[in-house]
Amino acid sequence: MKVARDMKIEVRTRSEFYDSVSTKVKKDIADLGIKGVKRVEYIDVYTLRGDIRDNDAIKIASDLLADKISQEFVAGKCFSSKGKEKHHVVEIAYNPGVMDPVEESALKAVRDMGFVLDEIKTTKKYVIYGDVATSVIRDIADRILYNKVIQHMVKGEEEHKNVPEYKFVYKEVDILNTPKDELRKLSLDRQLYLSAVEMESIQEHFRHLGRNPSDCELETLAQTWSEHCKHKTLMGIVEYNGLIIDNLLKETIMRVTRELDKPWCVSVFVDNAGVIKYDKENNICFKVETHNHPSALEPYGGAETGVGGVLRDIMGTGLGAKPIANTDVFCFGLPDAPASSIAKGALHPKRVMKGVVSGVRDYGNKMGIPTVNGSVCFDERYTGNPLVFCGSIGIMPVDACEKQVDPGDLIVAVGGRTGRDGIHGATFSSAELTSSSEVISSTAVQIGNPITEKKILDTLLVARDKRLYGAITDCGAGGFSSAVGEMGEETGAVVYLEKIPLKYKGLEPWEIWISEAQERMVISVKSVNKDELFAIFESEGVEAVVIGEFTGDKQLRLYYEGNKVADIDMRFLHKGLPKTVRKAVWKAPDENGILSFRGKKDLTNDLLKILSSWNVCSKEWIIRQYDHEVQGGSILKPLVGAENDGPSDASVIRPVLGSYRGVAVSNGINPNYGDIDPYWMAASAIDEALRQITAVGGDIEKTALLDNFCWGNTEKPEQLGGAVRAAQACYDMAKVFGTPFISGKDSLNNEFNTGKKVISIPPTLLISAIAVVDDIRKLISMDAKAPGDLLYIVGETANELGGSRYLLSKGVKSGIVPRVDPEMSLSIMRKVTQAIARGYVRAAHDLSEGGLAVALAETLFAGGFGARIDLKKVPLSGDIERDDVILFSESNSRFILEVPAVKRNDFERTISGIPLGMIGRVASSPWLVVKGIKGDTAIKADLARMKKEWQKPIKEVMHG
Amino acid sequence: MASVRALILRTAGTNCDMETGHAFALAGAKPELIHINALIKEKSVLREFRILALPGGFSYGDDIASGKILANELVNTLRDEIRDFVRRGGLVIGICNGFQVLVKMGLLPDTSGNISGEVEATLALNDSGRFESRWVYLKKCVKGKKECVWTKGLPDVIHIPVAHGEGKFIPRDRKVLSDLNDNGQIVFRYVDKSGAEGGYPHNPNGSIEDIAGVSDPGGKILGLMPHPERNFTFLQDPNWFRSQKIIKDAGVGLQIFKNGVNFFK
Repeated sequence: MKVARDMKIEVRTRSEFYDSVSTKVKKDIADLGIKGVKRVEYIDVYTLRGDIRDNDAIKIASDLLADKISQEFVAGKCFSSKGKEKHHVVEIAYNPGVMDPVEESALKAVRDMGFVLDEIKTTKKYVIYGDVATSVIRDIADRILYNKVIQHMVKGEEEHKNVPEYKFVYKEVDILNTPKDELRKLSLDRQLYLSAVEMESIQEHFRHLGRNPSDCELETLAQTWSEHCKHKTLMGIVEYNGLIIDNLLKETIMRVTRELDKPWCVSVFVDNAGVIKYDKENNICFKVETHNHPSALEPYGGAETGVGGVLRDIMGTGLGAKPIANTDVFCFGLPDAPASSIAKGALHPKRVMKGVVSGVRDYGNKMGIPTVNGSVCFDERYTGNPLVFCGSIGIMPVDACEKQVDPGDLIVAVGGRTGRDGIHGATFSSAELTSSSEVISSTAVQIGNPITEKKILDTLLVARDKRLYGAITDCGAGGFSSAVGEMGEETGAVVYLEKIPLKYKGLEPWEIWISEAQERMVISVKSVNKDELFAIFESEGVEAVVIGEFTGDKQLRLYYEGNKVADIDMRFLHKGLPKTVRKAVWKAPDENGILSFRGKKDLTNDLLKILSSWNVCSKEWIIRQYDHEVQGGSILKPLVGAENDGPSDASVIRPVLGSYRGVAVSNGINPNYGDIDPYWMAASAIDEALRQITAVGGDIEKTALLDNFCWGNTEKPEQLGGAVRAAQACYDMAKVFGTPFISGKDSLNNEFNTGKKVISIPPTLLISAIAVVDDIRKLISMDAKAPGDLLYIVGETANELGGSRYLLSKGVKSGIVPRVDPEMSLSIMRKVTQAIARGYVRAAHDLSEGGLAVALAETLFAGGFGARIDLKKVPLSGDIERDDVILFSESNSRFILEVPAVKRNDFERTISGIPLGMIGRVASSPWLVVKGIKGDTAIKADLARMKKEWQKPIKEVMHG
Repeated sequence: MASVRALILRTAGTNCDMETGHAFALAGAKPELIHINALIKEKSVLREFRILALPGGFSYGDDIASGKILANELVNTLRDEIRDFVRRGGLVIGICNGFQVLVKMGLLPDTSGNISGEVEATLALNDSGRFESRWVYLKKCVKGKKECVWTKGLPDVIHIPVAHGEGKFIPRDRKVLSDLNDNGQIVFRYVDKSGAEGGYPHNPNGSIEDIAGVSDPGGKILGLMPHPERNFTFLQDPNWFRSQKIIKDAGVGLQIFKNGVNFFK
């Protein structure tokens, strides 16, 4: 009899080659302030498990696992350490049940070589040379080498445990005999996160049925009724300063879309993404999701699965769209925060940023989706609860935008297998993060496998175009429970849980049902189409299984090996949720424009300081890691200018190669305004997103918006009051601008409990904008292009420094937050659009954080030209007698435009009737010189210096 | 005249197949996107094609090493057919991940020219340690008699994007490097705008001697890290926004695809 055994292969870079992995680790250790580490050696360890001869293992190592040129390996033993140098070995393995994508592909490769193995396990080994105490090594490992949520340090030989088979037992939850005052506790103990009122209505329902719910039934209700799935706060009843609002979203954001009634809106707020018209053949769809809590615990996996999830939303819109671009916006703590300031249970912001960026990069790049637009906000309150917004845009044929489920259709699960990963993700996202979240919720965090999802996408589009299925949705929050529950709402469904393919045995039926394992889609298929459909999946190695069928009885019935484990009325499941009632209050802030300090005469250093502040500085380190050119449709890139390193406003892609039509995408976000008044934060975010579309040559008449609310605990009335303000602003602004909302999402309860105090994130509203561009040849970029050109400022500057970079850099938190006059803003943007369309404008840049000074600096150093600017020419609103206010105020609805001198008259005629000032000319000398209102020099800075300050912060903290 | 058929090979994780096909179509070829499983099922299909293109992407997630698992698969399932294809005069191009596959299966650089499959070089992790996407300049290094089929008619310096994490070209030893030079196999080097050696980030990955692309000694098999299919039209080139926006049709990368097609005309 052949006996399975383990054969370890170790692979490392040959000493004569540069190993950037080891070098990075050594730098990261030095960053921790730990001295004494001389060098680090990195080793990949593969454990081949199965019946294999030594020679074959060596062949696998030499032909497959180790690079023939740059690496070396040993088989059946470990590399011996060099000499007698003092060293420590740290080996990191995935926790049981965490998916390791390398394992699957390595097994495939070994099969291609003609060998059969049971399993391949990978671990990472770090040999740290130097005189360092063991306790310090543990500290290094904890802080930079592994994350206990998904990994562990290997101690001695890892035991190869056989997971026990699951033996079916019907489990019910005794809710009938639970006293009312203990229902909330029952909900928390089971991680259901349902309120007492919701638990009571479940109790009532089952009392009526005369039985207790099964564990499966209760879990299904908790998933379906979760804040994540139902948005029950913002769609519930809000008592706002005495006023009753029934369904805030419906009364504001959805209402404005209905009232605007744009003919190009195809599907809004109903499908997995909002759909608008693109051209005669195609529509486009856009969705932005958040993945905050998983990213807080495991930044890489959390961000990766955030991208994977939003891509599945696109693939699950209509009959499935093809993702054509991603957008990503993050909010982090300060990357240079001292380690001692980080609360227990929170990861350091630098680590969070590195992990999140890597996760977004790997998933997007590997799926082949260009990541073209994004933004990053930094604030210490995001330390324990970072925000990760993942957005995706898709394209689909106009006749593939509707789905239809009929009784008798087969329910087919496509893609990845189901494991214990991601259990309670939907309910967990509505819980507060605490220093112990990593322990109780580790199953809610997952690692993604983008190649599995890419395979689904490739085959799905073929099946879609043959119309082999009638409806599709993704397995996201709540897993099959939500996917099948939603698709079968009008019909009813029966699912046989044992048919669902598992990654490993031992899962209980309810776990199979609600697992949020990644890379799974559910489709509804007529049985006549089954064979042809399955042949397509099989041809590219995609697993697809019939797991049940849609019925006509409006019941959701689940079976496990012949035993009924759930039988719920679809109406109760979807309509039985009692309306959440919450109180909201809002007290107007006390704003005033009196500045308690005197502005310096020479503001050069203030400008440089703002350029190198975290929020304003260059994000190139992040952007370059994303493939923004894949699919060949990139037109206006995220980085532009003479050296391709200036900050573009909107990005533009062309999804149909050969056409001159394009899609522009932008975003607006500024939580610092939300600290003062979320109404003006929301208004400013909308104005900013629209300014960016306008600045590149887009037209806001063809622009749609998305909203993403990330708030603290909205059970606190003042928190919810802010959200009401923001939603009202969304209505007021969009109504005047004529820009409908097509999709949105909210993530509430973004707080971190350190054990001593609760830190709430600042109210954060992300507005994403998408616009169809008729002719991409008319687009312009933001960088200055030719000496002698005229520089104009459009729009009025007011004393609006509340929440501005300038005041924050002075430690001042008061001030008047920027307002938006939407009528004025609309006419400004319309005229700018006209001027660009007629070819009178060579560059345009919107004014946002850091105001006029930063916008000028960016325009000039991106273009490689200087300018002499006269502040006296800037149109002002109200009496302003200070240069610093004019330069750094963040008033909305303003642009800098570069106009060739010969176009001056045409330009001024086109743009007449709005506040306009010709403030200077582009110069070939590399200096920005600003003359203040009293005639003194307010700023004199050279381009290289400004650019260096702007580029330095992230590059330095991330080493490179 | 019959159109030139180009097989664009796909597998799990390939993601530049569509635009590579588009560029070939613009160049006058008849591109067909074929999954490796289908090709393995019917290996003789390869004989019907004149051009084999391995496009960019992350074949099998680039697990273990970039391009390694697809290279391993091709060596173990289609080695003879690919050799036969090359011997019969077919052209091969590997872009980015496709280049990594060609190098790791030993089809490039093949300094001996006898298609032995001996691995003589690698594409290792970038010196920066991370994936980078940026536009770079390449210098065409071989002109005249030894010029590679794929580079004819290109200007001396071309603008083109790279996007990869493992693009550092390392020849096995000095002998391989000098053979590459002597045989005129170093087709492209990374340079600055003026055509001179530029260091990082002009050389985005730390490649030895700034090598960006190599061919076999016969100049029929080309592998390069940069993406010519991302510059088949002026609209893709960021410089266009600064060049007074004069409308030209073709991007500089299109010539590479045209060369492949014209070779058979």
